Amino acid sequence: MAIHRRELLATLGAGAAAGLAGCSAAGQFGGSDEAPGVVGETLTLTTTTSTHDTGLLDELNAPFEDMYGVTVDAVAQGTGQALETARNGDSDVVMVHARSLEDEFMTEGYGVNRRDLMFNDFVVVGAEDDPAGIGGSGSATEAFSAIADRGATFVSRGDNSGTHTKELAIWEEAGVEPSGDWYMETGQGMGEVLNVANEQGGYTLADRGTYLSQRSVVDLVIHVQGPIEGGPELLANPYGILAVNPAVHGDVNYDLAMAYIGYVTSPEGQRRIEEYTANGEQLFYPEALSEDPDFQQYVPEGWSGNSTEG
Amino acid sequence: MEAVPALAGAAPLLVEFPFEPVYVESIVAVSLYVSVLAVLLSTFVSVPVALAVGFTDFPGKRLVTSLINTGMGFPSVVVGLAVLFLVSNQGPLGSLNLVFTREAMIASQFVLATPAITGISLAAVTSVDRNVRDAAYSLGGTRLDVALVTVKEARYGIATAVLAGFGRAISEVGSVLIVGGNIAGPDGVSRTRTMTTAIQLEARQGRYGTAMALGAVLLAIVLLVNAVVVRLGDGGTLR
Repeated sequence: MAIHRRELLATLGAGAAAGLAGCSAAGQFGGSDEAPGVVGETLTLTTTTSTHDTGLLDELNAPFEDMYGVTVDAVAQGTGQALETARNGDSDVVMVHARSLEDEFMTEGYGVNRRDLMFNDFVVVGAEDDPAGIGGSGSATEAFSAIADRGATFVSRGDNSGTHTKELAIWEEAGVEPSGDWYMETGQGMGEVLNVANEQGGYTLADRGTYLSQRSVVDLVIHVQGPIEGGPELLANPYGILAVNPAVHGDVNYDLAMAYIGYVTSPEGQRRIEEYTANGEQLFYPEALSEDPDFQQYVPEGWSGNSTEG
Repeated sequence: MEAVPALAGAAPLLVEFPFEPVYVESIVAVSLYVSVLAVLLSTFVSVPVALAVGFTDFPGKRLVTSLINTGMGFPSVVVGLAVLFLVSNQGPLGSLNLVFTREAMIASQFVLATPAITGISLAAVTSVDRNVRDAAYSLGGTRLDVALVTVKEARYGIATAVLAGFGRAISEVGSVLIVGGNIAGPDGVSRTRTMTTAIQLEARQGRYGTAMALGAVLLAIVLLVNAVVVRLGDGGTLR
């Protein structure tokens, strides 16, 4: 527990220091000393299309908005674009799923206080008749190699999103440089790519959440499962959430960003993630559960919320 | 369908509208708010500019005219990108915190609509018979009087210009998506989501029925506005 407590203290310290910096930079918010609370403020969240399009965000944002009387503006972009928007200081908090890009963002100093939030996994989907015969593949790399060997249509996001980043990692692992007529980059969101793959009778790598929430409108089936259904760990899809560093962008709403991070990683937020379903299936699995959660560590002293949990 | 009662009878598609009424209403409201305000602002700028350019001879007039005409073809995504750079926290107007707001959307629609309204108004104004202006002058009219007479004569052309600007603004998707962010709240109330960006979102999720229903609403609005303007024009000729 010692390590845990030290981490907690470090977070508290960093939060307090950065919070103070945030207050002096954004003095127009009326000084949180005399009137604690943030009613009427807006938090800008950039996130990926997968959290947005599955409807999970609405499930998380509504109670948070109620709790503090604030507004969460959720902008759905690919992971790459979401991080780029944050780099420019145009968002306060980022919820994405590409650990390598997140780490880069953190080491460059743009982000602070990254937390693991939840996970789901990726699946390789394709037409039911499985033209490349990848159905029996035990691994994603094997399946990708088979697709490349047979020159079966593969539809790629091609948009620097978390899913695209994962896809490129799998090609690299498989030792294949995807090129040729069979490989299509659409540069669009997961939903559009699923539609294109459906129309073209092709394969694609999809996050399970978007696939499940869209299964009723496409004929694609899962050929290679991810770790949730016992598939390879390579297809794991962890989501992180991080605050934009107020030392880099003085006018981000850091306090509210930390409150949001605190909320979505709190037992209540995690429960909502766990209980969220689409078409009767669970889409995301909580990953931030702590046996000793202390929601108050995330918000300035004296902020009042209506939440009784945490 | 109390959300759009006037349209429900006309379009059977809407009877099975898959959205909460509040979602559609707020999206339509945001679309109209942004486009109408942008077009009003554009009109206040464009008509005087068209009059000034149309009535005066100055060196470089051809260049100005062709610049206006070029502006009519500005790709909207490029305009969106330019406005994003302006209002981004890193940009010159960053301190105003305009990114992902309706104000930013209005700004980009304004940039898109203004050349269109100016260009078409200019053509309308210059095609007003020179005798009309001469007569107004000889009757002792001031420059303002002459301008008003010209605007009155050219009103159908100017109305067409405003309509073209409105059509461009309300049916535009690229720039409002970039600077507005397509934001709706968890309660389904649109903040910066317009009909076009909502259609894009619904299509992305394979909900083509919803997308088409929204498209029908958008089309109905454009048709309605067209009908109103044509009507105004007819009234003018009957006078």
